[in-house]
Amino acid sequence: MTRKHILIAAAAIALVGSAASLWIRADEFTKKDLARWQNEFMSVVKKGRELWTSPKLGTKGVACAQCHPNAANTHPETYPKFQKQLGRVATLREMFNWCLMNPLEGKPLALDDPRMIAMEAYATYERRGVPLAPGKH
Amino acid sequence: MKDHPITRRDFIKRAGAATAASAFPLTVVEMAFADPSQRFTFAHISDSHIQHVQGSEFVRNWDRGLIRAVAEANLLTPKPDFVIFGGDLAQLGTKEELDHGAEMLSRLKYKTHCVLGEHDYYLDLGEYWSKLFGPHYYSFDHKGVHFVVLNSILTTDEWTHKKWPTPMHRMIEMAGLDNPNGSPFMVGEKQREWLRKDLENVSKTTPVVVFSHSPIQKLYKGWNFWTDDAEQVQALLQPFEKVTVIYGHVHQIQYNQIGNITFQSVMATAWPWPYPQSYAHAKHAMPKLTVPMNRADPFFERDATGWQFVDMESGRVVVEYNLYNNTNRVVAYNPATRQPEDRVYQNPAKRIPPQNHY
Repeated sequence: MTRKHILIAAAAIALVGSAASLWIRADEFTKKDLARWQNEFMSVVKKGRELWTSPKLGTKGVACAQCHPNAANTHPETYPKFQKQLGRVATLREMFNWCLMNPLEGKPLALDDPRMIAMEAYATYERRGVPLAPGKH
Repeated sequence: MKDHPITRRDFIKRAGAATAASAFPLTVVEMAFADPSQRFTFAHISDSHIQHVQGSEFVRNWDRGLIRAVAEANLLTPKPDFVIFGGDLAQLGTKEELDHGAEMLSRLKYKTHCVLGEHDYYLDLGEYWSKLFGPHYYSFDHKGVHFVVLNSILTTDEWTHKKWPTPMHRMIEMAGLDNPNGSPFMVGEKQREWLRKDLENVSKTTPVVVFSHSPIQKLYKGWNFWTDDAEQVQALLQPFEKVTVIYGHVHQIQYNQIGNITFQSVMATAWPWPYPQSYAHAKHAMPKLTVPMNRADPFFERDATGWQFVDMESGRVVVEYNLYNNTNRVVAYNPATRQPEDRVYQNPAKRIPPQNHY
Protein backbone atom coordinates (compact mmCIF):
# COMPACT_ATOMS: atom_id res chain seq x y z
CA MET A 1 0.00 0.00 0.00
CA THR A 2 1.44 3.38 -1.00
CA ARG A 3 1.47 6.36 1.26
CA LYS A 4 -1.34 7.90 -0.82
CA HIS A 5 -3.51 4.85 -0.35
CA ILE A 6 -2.99 4.97 3.38
CA LEU A 7 -4.15 8.59 3.49
CA ILE A 8 -7.26 7.76 1.47
CA ALA A 9 -8.04 4.82 3.75
CA ALA A 10 -7.60 6.95 6.85
CA ALA A 11 -9.88 9.63 5.41
CA ALA A 12 -12.50 7.00 4.58
CA ILE A 13 -12.39 5.62 8.11
CA ALA A 14 -12.73 9.11 9.55
CA LEU A 15 -15.70 9.82 7.28
CA VAL A 16 -17.47 6.57 8.17
CA GLY A 17 -16.69 7.13 11.83
CA SER A 18 -18.14 10.60 11.93
CA ALA A 19 -21.19 9.44 9.98
CA ALA A 20 -21.74 6.63 12.51
CA SER A 21 -21.37 9.04 15.39
CA LEU A 22 -24.48 10.85 14.19
CA TRP A 23 -26.42 7.85 15.53
CA ILE A 24 -24.26 6.50 18.35
CA ARG A 25 -22.57 8.68 20.93
CA ALA A 26 -21.03 6.45 23.54
CA ASP A 27 -20.80 9.20 26.13
CA GLU A 28 -24.29 10.68 26.00
CA PHE A 29 -27.25 9.15 27.85
CA THR A 30 -30.76 10.20 27.00
CA LYS A 31 -33.43 10.45 29.70
CA LYS A 32 -35.10 7.53 28.01
CA ASP A 33 -31.93 5.45 28.40
CA LEU A 34 -31.72 6.26 32.09
CA ALA A 35 -35.36 5.42 32.69
CA ARG A 36 -35.02 2.13 30.85
CA TRP A 37 -31.91 1.09 32.75
CA GLN A 38 -33.47 1.97 36.08
CA ASN A 39 -36.57 -0.02 35.17
CA GLU A 40 -34.44 -2.99 34.14
CA PHE A 41 -32.58 -2.82 37.46
CA MET A 42 -35.74 -2.43 39.53
CA SER A 43 -37.41 -5.34 37.77
CA VAL A 44 -34.48 -7.51 38.91
CA VAL A 45 -34.71 -6.06 42.46
CA LYS A 46 -38.40 -6.97 42.44
CA LYS A 47 -37.57 -10.49 41.30
CA GLY A 48 -34.99 -10.64 44.10
CA ARG A 49 -37.58 -9.57 46.68
CA GLU A 50 -39.93 -12.30 45.41
CA LEU A 51 -37.18 -14.90 45.83
CA TRP A 52 -36.22 -13.48 49.24
CA THR A 53 -39.75 -14.00 50.55
CA SER A 54 -40.44 -17.22 48.63
CA PRO A 55 -41.07 -20.43 50.58
CA LYS A 56 -40.09 -22.31 47.40
CA LEU A 57 -36.43 -21.28 47.21
CA GLY A 58 -35.45 -24.00 49.70
CA THR A 59 -37.13 -27.34 50.29
CA LYS A 60 -38.91 -26.86 53.64
CA GLY A 61 -40.90 -23.66 53.14
CA VAL A 62 -38.39 -21.46 55.01
CA ALA A 63 -37.74 -18.07 53.35
CA CYS A 64 -34.72 -15.74 53.60
CA ALA A 65 -36.99 -12.95 54.92
CA GLN A 66 -37.93 -15.01 57.98
CA CYS A 67 -34.55 -14.19 59.57
CA HIS A 68 -33.60 -11.20 57.39
CA PRO A 69 -36.58 -8.83 57.08
CA ASN A 70 -35.78 -6.16 54.49
CA ALA A 71 -32.51 -8.10 54.01
CA ALA A 72 -31.33 -6.57 57.30
CA ASN A 73 -28.18 -8.01 58.91
CA THR A 74 -26.79 -9.07 55.53
CA HIS A 75 -24.60 -5.92 55.23
CA PRO A 76 -23.66 -6.28 51.53
CA GLU A 77 -21.33 -3.27 51.83
CA THR A 78 -18.87 -5.31 53.93
CA TYR A 79 -18.19 -8.01 51.31
CA PRO A 80 -15.86 -9.50 50.29
CA LYS A 81 -14.67 -10.11 53.83
CA PHE A 82 -12.94 -12.71 55.94
CA GLN A 83 -15.50 -15.22 57.22
CA LYS A 84 -14.05 -16.83 60.29
CA GLN A 85 -16.42 -19.77 59.86
CA LEU A 86 -15.01 -20.51 56.38
CA GLY A 87 -11.45 -19.47 57.19
CA ARG A 88 -11.12 -17.31 54.07
CA VAL A 89 -12.32 -14.18 52.34
CA ALA A 90 -15.78 -14.82 50.89
CA THR A 91 -18.38 -12.96 48.85
CA LEU A 92 -21.96 -12.16 49.77
CA ARG A 93 -23.15 -14.63 47.12
CA GLU A 94 -21.29 -17.44 48.88
CA MET A 95 -23.04 -16.49 52.12
CA PHE A 96 -26.40 -16.58 50.33
CA ASN A 97 -25.52 -20.11 49.22
CA TRP A 98 -24.62 -21.06 52.76
CA CYS A 99 -28.09 -20.01 53.92
CA LEU A 100 -29.70 -21.74 50.93
CA MET A 101 -28.03 -25.01 51.90
CA ASN A 102 -28.51 -24.78 55.66
CA PRO A 103 -31.59 -23.05 57.12
CA LEU A 104 -33.39 -23.36 53.75
CA GLU A 105 -32.18 -26.95 53.20
CA GLY A 106 -31.93 -26.31 49.45
CA LYS A 107 -29.33 -26.49 46.71
CA PRO A 108 -26.71 -23.78 46.15
CA LEU A 109 -27.08 -21.56 43.08
CA ALA A 110 -24.35 -20.91 40.50
CA LEU A 111 -22.74 -17.60 41.40
CA ASP A 112 -23.92 -16.11 38.08
CA ASP A 113 -27.40 -17.65 38.23
CA PRO A 114 -29.97 -14.93 37.42
CA ARG A 115 -31.71 -15.74 40.73
CA MET A 116 -28.47 -15.17 42.62
CA ILE A 117 -27.97 -11.84 40.83
CA ALA A 118 -31.57 -10.88 41.62
CA MET A 119 -31.15 -11.61 45.34
CA GLU A 120 -27.90 -9.66 45.43
CA ALA A 121 -29.63 -6.79 43.64
CA TYR A 122 -32.44 -6.86 46.24
CA ALA A 123 -30.20 -7.06 49.32
CA THR A 124 -27.91 -4.34 47.97
CA TYR A 125 -30.85 -2.11 47.06
CA GLU A 126 -32.16 -2.37 50.63
CA ARG A 127 -28.70 -1.08 51.77
CA ARG A 128 -28.58 1.80 49.28
CA GLY A 129 -26.92 4.90 50.65
CA VAL A 130 -24.68 3.04 53.11
CA PRO A 131 -20.93 3.66 52.52
CA LEU A 132 -18.79 0.75 51.33
CA ALA A 133 -16.90 -0.93 54.15
CA PRO A 134 -15.17 -4.00 52.68
CA GLY A 135 -13.84 -6.40 55.28
CA LYS A 136 -15.85 -4.86 58.14
CA HIS A 137 -17.11 -7.04 61.00
CA MET B 1 -36.93 -7.74 109.31
CA LYS B 2 -35.86 -11.32 109.37
CA ASP B 3 -32.30 -12.07 108.52
CA HIS B 4 -32.20 -13.93 105.28
CA PRO B 5 -28.90 -15.10 103.89
CA ILE B 6 -28.01 -14.58 100.28
CA THR B 7 -29.49 -17.48 98.42
CA ARG B 8 -27.80 -19.14 95.55
CA ARG B 9 -29.50 -20.72 92.64
CA ASP B 10 -27.72 -23.23 90.52
CA PHE B 11 -29.20 -23.65 87.16
CA ILE B 12 -27.58 -26.37 85.13
CA LYS B 13 -27.68 -26.05 81.38
CA ARG B 14 -27.81 -29.62 80.28
CA ALA B 15 -30.02 -29.89 77.24
CA GLY B 16 -28.55 -30.55 73.83
CA ALA B 17 -27.13 -33.86 74.93
CA ALA B 18 -25.34 -34.35 71.62
CA THR B 19 -23.00 -31.47 72.40
CA ALA B 20 -20.49 -31.82 75.20
CA ALA B 21 -22.85 -31.68 78.17
CA SER B 22 -20.02 -31.46 80.66
CA ALA B 23 -18.81 -28.26 79.01
CA PHE B 24 -21.96 -26.30 79.92
CA PRO B 25 -21.25 -23.72 82.57
CA LEU B 26 -23.30 -23.36 85.69
CA THR B 27 -25.40 -20.24 85.65
CA VAL B 28 -25.58 -18.82 89.10
CA VAL B 29 -27.91 -16.04 90.16
CA GLU B 30 -27.35 -14.54 93.57
CA MET B 31 -30.00 -12.43 95.19
CA ALA B 32 -30.87 -11.10 98.60
CA PHE B 33 -34.47 -10.67 99.76
CA ALA B 34 -35.94 -8.87 102.68
CA ASP B 35 -38.89 -11.20 102.74
CA PRO B 36 -38.47 -14.60 101.14
CA SER B 37 -42.23 -15.01 100.83
CA GLN B 38 -42.26 -12.21 98.27
CA ARG B 39 -40.07 -14.18 95.98
CA PHE B 40 -40.84 -16.74 93.33
CA THR B 41 -39.68 -17.67 89.86
CA PHE B 42 -41.23 -18.47 86.53
CA ALA B 43 -39.92 -19.38 83.08
CA HIS B 44 -40.80 -17.57 79.87
CA ILE B 45 -40.59 -19.34 76.51
CA SER B 46 -41.72 -17.62 73.32
CA ASP B 47 -41.88 -17.47 69.53
CA SER B 48 -41.35 -21.07 68.49
CA HIS B 49 -42.86 -20.63 65.01
CA ILE B 50 -43.48 -24.36 64.58
CA GLN B 51 -43.67 -24.72 60.81
CA HIS B 52 -45.40 -27.54 58.98
CA VAL B 53 -43.66 -28.93 55.89
CA GLN B 54 -45.99 -31.76 54.90
CA GLY B 55 -47.45 -34.93 56.38
CA SER B 56 -45.79 -35.43 59.72
CA GLU B 57 -42.75 -33.29 58.82
CA PHE B 58 -42.03 -29.95 60.50
CA VAL B 59 -39.06 -27.59 60.07
CA ARG B 60 -36.41 -29.32 62.18
CA ASN B 61 -34.56 -26.16 63.23
CA TRP B 62 -37.61 -24.50 64.86
CA ASP B 63 -38.68 -27.79 66.49
CA ARG B 64 -35.27 -28.12 68.10
CA GLY B 65 -35.52 -24.64 69.61
CA LEU B 66 -38.74 -25.41 71.46
CA ILE B 67 -37.70 -28.92 72.45
CA ARG B 68 -34.52 -27.53 73.99
CA ALA B 69 -36.29 -24.75 75.91
CA VAL B 70 -38.85 -27.18 77.33
CA ALA B 71 -36.15 -29.69 78.31
CA GLU B 72 -34.06 -27.01 80.01
CA ALA B 73 -37.02 -25.43 81.80
CA ASN B 74 -37.85 -28.87 83.21
CA LEU B 75 -34.35 -29.02 84.72
CA LEU B 76 -34.70 -25.78 86.68
CA THR B 77 -33.85 -25.94 90.36
CA PRO B 78 -35.67 -24.62 92.27
CA LYS B 79 -38.73 -25.30 90.17
CA PRO B 80 -40.50 -22.31 88.69
CA ASP B 81 -44.07 -21.66 89.86
CA PHE B 82 -45.31 -21.61 86.27
CA VAL B 83 -44.30 -21.11 82.63
CA ILE B 84 -45.46 -18.40 80.27
CA PHE B 85 -45.52 -19.17 76.58
CA GLY B 86 -45.32 -15.77 74.87
CA GLY B 87 -47.08 -16.43 71.54
CA ASP B 88 -46.30 -17.43 67.94
CA LEU B 89 -46.31 -21.10 68.78
CA ALA B 90 -47.16 -21.75 65.11
CA GLN B 91 -45.86 -20.19 61.88
CA LEU B 92 -49.10 -20.21 59.86
CA GLY B 93 -51.68 -21.01 62.55
CA THR B 94 -52.68 -24.41 61.19
CA LYS B 95 -54.13 -27.21 63.26
CA GLU B 96 -51.07 -29.35 62.49
CA GLU B 97 -48.68 -26.67 63.75
CA LEU B 98 -50.70 -25.81 66.87
CA ASP B 99 -51.20 -29.48 67.73
CA HIS B 100 -47.51 -30.25 67.27
CA GLY B 101 -46.51 -27.20 69.35
CA ALA B 102 -49.06 -28.02 72.06
CA GLU B 103 -47.68 -31.54 72.28
CA MET B 104 -44.17 -30.19 72.86
CA LEU B 105 -45.43 -27.70 75.45
CA SER B 106 -47.36 -30.47 77.20
CA ARG B 107 -44.02 -31.93 78.26
CA LEU B 108 -43.48 -28.99 80.60
CA LYS B 109 -43.82 -30.16 84.18
CA TYR B 110 -45.40 -26.88 85.28
CA LYS B 111 -48.65 -25.01 84.85
CA THR B 112 -48.38 -23.12 81.55
CA HIS B 113 -50.12 -19.85 80.66
CA CYS B 114 -50.26 -18.99 76.96
CA VAL B 115 -50.22 -15.67 75.10
CA LEU B 116 -51.67 -15.41 71.60
CA GLY B 117 -49.39 -14.32 68.74
CA GLU B 118 -50.31 -13.14 65.26
CA HIS B 119 -48.97 -16.36 63.72
CA ASP B 120 -51.43 -18.33 65.90
CA TYR B 121 -54.35 -16.04 65.16
CA TYR B 122 -54.82 -14.84 61.61
CA LEU B 123 -55.79 -18.14 59.98
CA ASP B 124 -59.00 -18.80 61.95
CA LEU B 125 -58.94 -15.74 64.28
CA GLY B 126 -57.73 -17.81 67.20
CA GLU B 127 -60.51 -20.38 67.18
CA TYR B 128 -58.39 -23.54 67.25
CA TRP B 129 -55.81 -21.94 69.54
CA SER B 130 -58.63 -21.26 72.03
CA LYS B 131 -59.67 -24.90 72.00
CA LEU B 132 -56.14 -25.83 73.03
CA PHE B 133 -55.21 -23.01 75.38
CA GLY B 134 -58.35 -21.13 76.48
CA PRO B 135 -59.34 -17.45 76.35
CA HIS B 136 -57.42 -14.88 74.28
CA TYR B 137 -57.01 -12.56 77.27
CA TYR B 138 -57.34 -13.09 81.01
CA SER B 139 -55.77 -12.32 84.37
CA PHE B 140 -54.70 -14.27 87.43
CA ASP B 141 -53.18 -13.60 90.84
CA HIS B 142 -50.15 -15.37 92.19
CA LYS B 143 -48.37 -14.75 95.50
CA GLY B 144 -49.41 -11.12 95.72
CA VAL B 145 -48.74 -10.24 92.08
CA HIS B 146 -51.51 -9.46 89.61
CA PHE B 147 -50.76 -11.01 86.19
CA VAL B 148 -52.56 -9.91 83.03
CA VAL B 149 -52.36 -11.67 79.68
CA LEU B 150 -53.36 -9.46 76.75
CA ASN B 151 -54.14 -10.23 73.14
CA SER B 152 -52.21 -7.32 71.62
CA ILE B 153 -52.03 -8.58 68.02
CA LEU B 154 -55.54 -7.57 66.93
CA THR B 155 -55.89 -5.05 64.14
CA THR B 156 -58.67 -3.09 62.41
CA ASP B 157 -61.88 -4.87 61.42
CA GLU B 158 -61.43 -3.48 57.90
CA TRP B 159 -58.17 -5.36 57.50
CA THR B 160 -59.21 -8.52 59.34
CA HIS B 161 -62.48 -8.87 57.46
CA LYS B 162 -61.28 -7.72 54.06
CA LYS B 163 -62.49 -9.94 51.22
CA TRP B 164 -59.54 -12.32 51.44
CA PRO B 165 -59.48 -15.07 48.79
CA THR B 166 -58.90 -17.54 51.66
CA PRO B 167 -58.12 -17.25 55.39
CA MET B 168 -54.60 -18.51 54.55
CA HIS B 169 -54.06 -15.43 52.34
CA ARG B 170 -54.77 -13.25 55.38
CA MET B 171 -52.44 -15.37 57.52
CA ILE B 172 -49.59 -15.15 55.03
CA GLU B 173 -49.94 -11.37 54.64
CA MET B 174 -49.66 -10.92 58.42
CA ALA B 175 -46.90 -13.53 58.80
CA GLY B 176 -44.36 -11.58 56.71
CA LEU B 177 -42.63 -9.32 59.24
CA ASP B 178 -41.54 -6.77 56.64
CA ASN B 179 -44.63 -7.13 54.48
CA PRO B 180 -46.17 -3.71 53.76
CA ASN B 181 -49.56 -5.39 53.23
CA GLY B 182 -49.77 -6.31 56.93
CA SER B 183 -51.52 -4.08 59.46
CA PRO B 184 -50.50 -2.48 62.79
CA PHE B 185 -51.24 -4.44 65.96
CA MET B 186 -53.61 -3.14 68.61
CA VAL B 187 -55.29 -4.19 71.84
CA GLY B 188 -58.55 -2.55 70.83
CA GLU B 189 -61.32 -0.73 72.65
CA LYS B 190 -63.22 -3.80 73.89
CA GLN B 191 -60.18 -5.33 75.55
CA ARG B 192 -59.01 -1.97 76.96
CA GLU B 193 -62.39 -1.66 78.66
CA TRP B 194 -61.98 -5.19 80.03
CA LEU B 195 -58.51 -4.25 81.31
CA ARG B 196 -59.82 -1.08 82.95
CA LYS B 197 -62.44 -3.11 84.82
CA ASP B 198 -59.96 -5.88 85.64
CA LEU B 199 -57.59 -3.38 87.26
CA GLU B 200 -60.34 -1.53 89.14
CA ASN B 201 -60.14 -3.86 92.13
CA VAL B 202 -56.37 -4.10 92.20
CA SER B 203 -54.60 -1.98 94.80
CA LYS B 204 -52.17 0.58 93.36
CA THR B 205 -49.40 -0.94 95.45
CA THR B 206 -49.96 -4.45 94.09
CA PRO B 207 -47.24 -5.36 91.58
CA VAL B 208 -48.75 -5.80 88.11
CA VAL B 209 -47.10 -7.90 85.40
CA VAL B 210 -48.57 -7.82 81.90
CA PHE B 211 -47.76 -10.40 79.24
CA SER B 212 -48.36 -9.40 75.64
CA HIS B 213 -47.08 -10.63 72.33
CA SER B 214 -46.31 -7.27 70.72
CA PRO B 215 -44.52 -4.53 72.67
CA ILE B 216 -47.07 -2.22 74.32
CA GLN B 217 -44.89 0.65 73.06
CA LYS B 218 -44.07 2.08 69.66
CA LEU B 219 -40.59 1.04 68.52
CA TYR B 220 -40.67 0.38 64.78
CA LYS B 221 -43.86 0.25 62.77
CA GLY B 222 -42.31 -1.37 59.67
CA TRP B 223 -41.89 -4.70 61.49
CA ASN B 224 -44.83 -4.26 63.86
CA PHE B 225 -42.50 -3.74 66.84
CA TRP B 226 -45.51 -1.66 67.69
CA THR B 227 -48.94 -1.53 69.28
CA ASP B 228 -51.14 1.16 67.79
CA ASP B 229 -53.05 1.96 70.99
CA ALA B 230 -49.97 1.57 73.22
CA GLU B 231 -50.46 4.97 74.91
CA GLN B 232 -54.03 4.14 75.92
CA VAL B 233 -52.99 0.79 77.41
CA GLN B 234 -50.04 2.43 79.17
CA ALA B 235 -52.39 5.04 80.65
CA LEU B 236 -54.36 2.26 82.35
CA LEU B 237 -51.14 0.83 83.83
CA GLN B 238 -49.31 4.01 84.88
CA PRO B 239 -51.24 4.53 88.17
CA PHE B 240 -49.69 1.35 89.60
CA GLU B 241 -46.42 1.67 91.49
CA LYS B 242 -44.75 -1.40 90.05
CA VAL B 243 -45.71 -2.41 86.54
CA THR B 244 -43.80 -4.69 84.19
CA VAL B 245 -44.75 -5.51 80.61
CA ILE B 246 -43.06 -8.62 79.22
CA TYR B 247 -43.49 -9.14 75.49
CA GLY B 248 -42.39 -11.49 72.71
CA HIS B 249 -42.63 -10.92 68.97
CA VAL B 250 -39.30 -9.10 68.59
CA HIS B 251 -36.96 -12.14 68.86
CA GLN B 252 -34.30 -10.06 70.63
CA ILE B 253 -33.40 -8.46 73.93
CA GLN B 254 -35.02 -5.05 74.47
CA TYR B 255 -35.78 -3.16 77.64
CA ASN B 256 -37.16 0.25 78.41
CA GLN B 257 -38.78 2.36 81.11
CA ILE B 258 -41.75 4.66 80.47
CA GLY B 259 -42.98 6.31 83.67
CA ASN B 260 -43.87 3.55 86.11
CA ILE B 261 -43.82 0.86 83.44
CA THR B 262 -40.80 -1.37 82.93
CA PHE B 263 -40.70 -3.08 79.54
CA GLN B 264 -38.72 -6.24 78.90
CA SER B 265 -38.80 -8.35 75.78
CA VAL B 266 -38.00 -12.04 75.47
CA MET B 267 -36.07 -13.96 72.85
CA ALA B 268 -37.44 -16.50 70.40
CA THR B 269 -36.68 -20.19 70.48
CA ALA B 270 -36.90 -20.29 66.66
CA TRP B 271 -34.64 -17.59 65.17
CA PRO B 272 -33.35 -14.14 66.14
CA TRP B 273 -34.23 -10.87 64.42
CA PRO B 274 -31.95 -7.96 63.56
CA TYR B 275 -32.48 -4.73 65.47
CA PRO B 276 -34.51 -2.22 63.41
CA GLN B 277 -31.48 0.08 63.21
CA SER B 278 -29.83 -2.51 60.97
CA TYR B 279 -32.37 -1.66 58.27
CA ALA B 280 -30.90 1.46 56.68
CA HIS B 281 -34.32 2.93 55.84
CA ALA B 282 -36.09 2.30 59.15
CA LYS B 283 -37.40 5.26 61.12
CA HIS B 284 -37.35 3.66 64.52
CA ALA B 285 -37.54 4.69 68.17
CA MET B 286 -35.58 1.91 69.82
CA PRO B 287 -34.99 2.43 73.56
CA LYS B 288 -31.56 3.98 74.13
CA LEU B 289 -31.39 2.04 77.39
CA THR B 290 -31.15 -1.33 75.65
CA VAL B 291 -27.68 -2.79 75.33
CA PRO B 292 -28.25 -4.85 72.17
CA MET B 293 -27.59 -8.54 72.04
CA ASN B 294 -24.87 -9.79 69.74
CA ARG B 295 -25.57 -10.34 66.06
CA ALA B 296 -26.30 -14.02 65.49
CA ASP B 297 -23.68 -16.29 63.98
CA PRO B 298 -25.61 -18.18 61.30
CA PHE B 299 -23.21 -21.10 61.56
CA PHE B 300 -24.56 -21.81 65.05
CA GLU B 301 -28.17 -22.76 64.52
CA ARG B 302 -29.31 -21.84 68.03
CA ASP B 303 -27.17 -18.72 68.44
CA ALA B 304 -29.15 -15.69 69.63
CA THR B 305 -32.20 -17.84 70.34
CA GLY B 306 -33.16 -18.95 73.83
CA TRP B 307 -35.63 -18.58 76.65
CA GLN B 308 -35.91 -16.72 79.94
CA PHE B 309 -35.74 -17.53 83.57
CA VAL B 310 -37.55 -14.86 85.61
CA ASP B 311 -37.16 -14.07 89.29
CA MET B 312 -39.97 -12.04 90.88
CA GLU B 313 -38.08 -10.00 93.41
CA SER B 314 -40.37 -7.86 95.57
CA GLY B 315 -42.73 -7.29 92.69
CA ARG B 316 -40.02 -6.50 90.13
CA VAL B 317 -38.65 -8.92 87.56
CA VAL B 318 -35.09 -10.10 87.20
CA VAL B 319 -34.81 -11.66 83.76
CA GLU B 320 -32.03 -14.07 82.98
CA TYR B 321 -31.69 -14.51 79.22
CA ASN B 322 -30.47 -18.02 78.47
CA LEU B 323 -28.31 -17.48 75.43
CA TYR B 324 -27.17 -20.79 74.01
CA ASN B 325 -23.95 -19.72 72.30
CA ASN B 326 -23.19 -16.55 74.23
CA THR B 327 -22.79 -15.65 77.87
CA ASN B 328 -26.18 -15.36 79.57
CA ARG B 329 -27.40 -11.86 80.34
CA VAL B 330 -29.39 -10.65 83.34
CA VAL B 331 -31.55 -7.55 83.09
CA ALA B 332 -33.14 -6.28 86.29
CA TYR B 333 -34.86 -3.16 87.59
CA ASN B 334 -32.39 -0.94 89.41
CA PRO B 335 -34.20 0.94 92.20
CA ALA B 336 -31.42 3.55 92.33
CA THR B 337 -31.85 4.61 88.69
CA ARG B 338 -35.51 3.53 88.47
CA GLN B 339 -35.00 1.65 85.23
CA PRO B 340 -34.13 -1.86 84.01
CA GLU B 341 -30.41 -2.41 83.47
CA ASP B 342 -28.11 -5.17 82.35
CA ARG B 343 -26.25 -6.32 85.44
CA VAL B 344 -22.92 -6.59 83.62
CA TYR B 345 -23.01 -4.73 80.31
CA GLN B 346 -24.99 -1.58 81.19
CA ASN B 347 -21.72 0.11 82.07
CA PRO B 348 -20.03 0.86 78.70
CA ALA B 349 -16.60 0.20 80.25
CA LYS B 350 -17.63 -3.42 80.95
CA ARG B 351 -18.60 -4.20 77.37
CA ILE B 352 -16.63 -6.48 75.07
CA PRO B 353 -16.31 -5.58 71.34
CA PRO B 354 -19.93 -5.79 70.18
CA GLN B 355 -21.10 -7.96 67.30
CA ASN B 356 -23.31 -5.18 65.98
CA HIS B 357 -26.49 -5.64 64.01
CA TYR B 358 -26.19 -3.73 60.73
